Amino acid sequence: MTANALYDVPGPRARTRHRAYGLAGTVVILALIGWILYLLFVTSQFTAAKWSPFTYVGIQELLLTGLANTLRAFGFAAVLSLAFGAVLATGRLSVHRPIRWLCTLIVEFFRAMPLLVMIFFIYVALQVAPLPALVAGLTLYNGSVLAEVFRSGINAVERGQGEAAYALGMRKTQVMTYVLVPQAVRAMLPAIISQLVVALKDTSLGFLITYEEFLHAGKLIASNLDYDLPFIPVVMIIAPIYIGMCMLLSWFANWVSRRQMRNPKVESAEVAAAEPGNLLPGDHQRPAL
Amino acid sequence: MNVLLDNLSLYAEGLLGTVELTVYSSLLALAIGFLMAAFRVAPVRSLRAFGTAWVTVLRNTPLTLLFFAVVLGLPRFGLVLPFKLFAILALGCYTSAFICEAVRSGINTVPTGQGEAARSLGMTFPQTLGIVVLPQAFRSVIPPIGSTLIALAKNSAIAGAFSVVELLGVYKPLNELGYSIIWTFVWIAVGYLIVTLSISAIFHVLEKHYGVAR
Repeated sequence: MTANALYDVPGPRARTRHRAYGLAGTVVILALIGWILYLLFVTSQFTAAKWSPFTYVGIQELLLTGLANTLRAFGFAAVLSLAFGAVLATGRLSVHRPIRWLCTLIVEFFRAMPLLVMIFFIYVALQVAPLPALVAGLTLYNGSVLAEVFRSGINAVERGQGEAAYALGMRKTQVMTYVLVPQAVRAMLPAIISQLVVALKDTSLGFLITYEEFLHAGKLIASNLDYDLPFIPVVMIIAPIYIGMCMLLSWFANWVSRRQMRNPKVESAEVAAAEPGNLLPGDHQRPAL
Repeated sequence: MNVLLDNLSLYAEGLLGTVELTVYSSLLALAIGFLMAAFRVAPVRSLRAFGTAWVTVLRNTPLTLLFFAVVLGLPRFGLVLPFKLFAILALGCYTSAFICEAVRSGINTVPTGQGEAARSLGMTFPQTLGIVVLPQAFRSVIPPIGSTLIALAKNSAIAGAFSVVELLGVYKPLNELGYSIIWTFVWIAVGYLIVTLSISAIFHVLEKHYGVAR
């Protein structure tokens, strides 16, 4: 347990008490799991009829195609939102006031808008096909958040770094590309990857605009009467895969975070926690802790 | 402008639905989030493991998948509730994981010396918690909870796609009535901005009032 202000190191009596609580807690949790399993059995979710569809190659292919489509949307969205975020961050750090204002406006607007509203707007009002609509929505939202991550990363690099570079006679572009950006990106890498986890999670919104992704494939199988509507089995297959992918990426972000903290190249900047960038709208100079 | 004026009641109903969803899910999320945070800082290992599992799984679950499982899955267990309740359940559980993390890191920002000093003055555990630790944690927890609740308000749009009355769903009847779809969305966007900016304003006021730089 990490030390916090709540408890002292327990003595022998407290330890016995904690063991008793622990036992009671374990029993309750096991009972909960047992009750869920019981419910699953009672509503006959483990019958062969409900699990038989997954033995067919066609259905496996359907699921794999769905997964591939999800990953495709994620790939496009990740690359484009990194690029869009870089452009917006450059704009927000520009010395020209109109460009700065414009980029600030864009960032603040897209961060304040629900992602689904943007996706529906692009899909319904602009009549775009599902995949481009999904990717465009993800790019606008995650790009705006990433722009803030990049910007706060560059601002978090020690001032002396930029000043020294200017003193050596570098131009602003050189200071940025040779000095500030490399350090900022290293320091912000965990936050950037965590934001990509958000993008991966949000690709599931494509389900709502009939993009044929992973959940869509699941829905198709689940609504098949021939197999006695195997909805719960479908969820039991889809959820671990989806959640597992996101966990893997989150874990990678944490690993990068731990690694960068030991990296001498980020001594002059504080390594961000492996958390997606979320600030109150209008909040600017909150340093990434 | 016509779209809004002609369908004011429809928009109002949608906005009210979004606000209702946000408020009820926030309450649920705060309740579960605090409970899970308590579990995660408890000295009992099994509770800590449960809290950690809850947070890790829910933080990595796509909200649409959770909606999919809750709205369409729970009825298979014979649990038939109105869609709105399902939506509140899904949104509340999802957000509780983020609230839990905010509260836990807030508790961890309180220096251990504070608790040690309180105990050496002879304070009991409830006193240490209620008088010393939580008031200090509360201050550093306001901004992250604020941004979590704003995210919740934005996420409530997903409920609209699962046939719950809320703001985004307004576009459907208006589209069928033949109103300009662009303007329909502009006013939906304005509605969401009203909701998110008011939450933001509330939390800025709270932070000004309670937040103390340490």
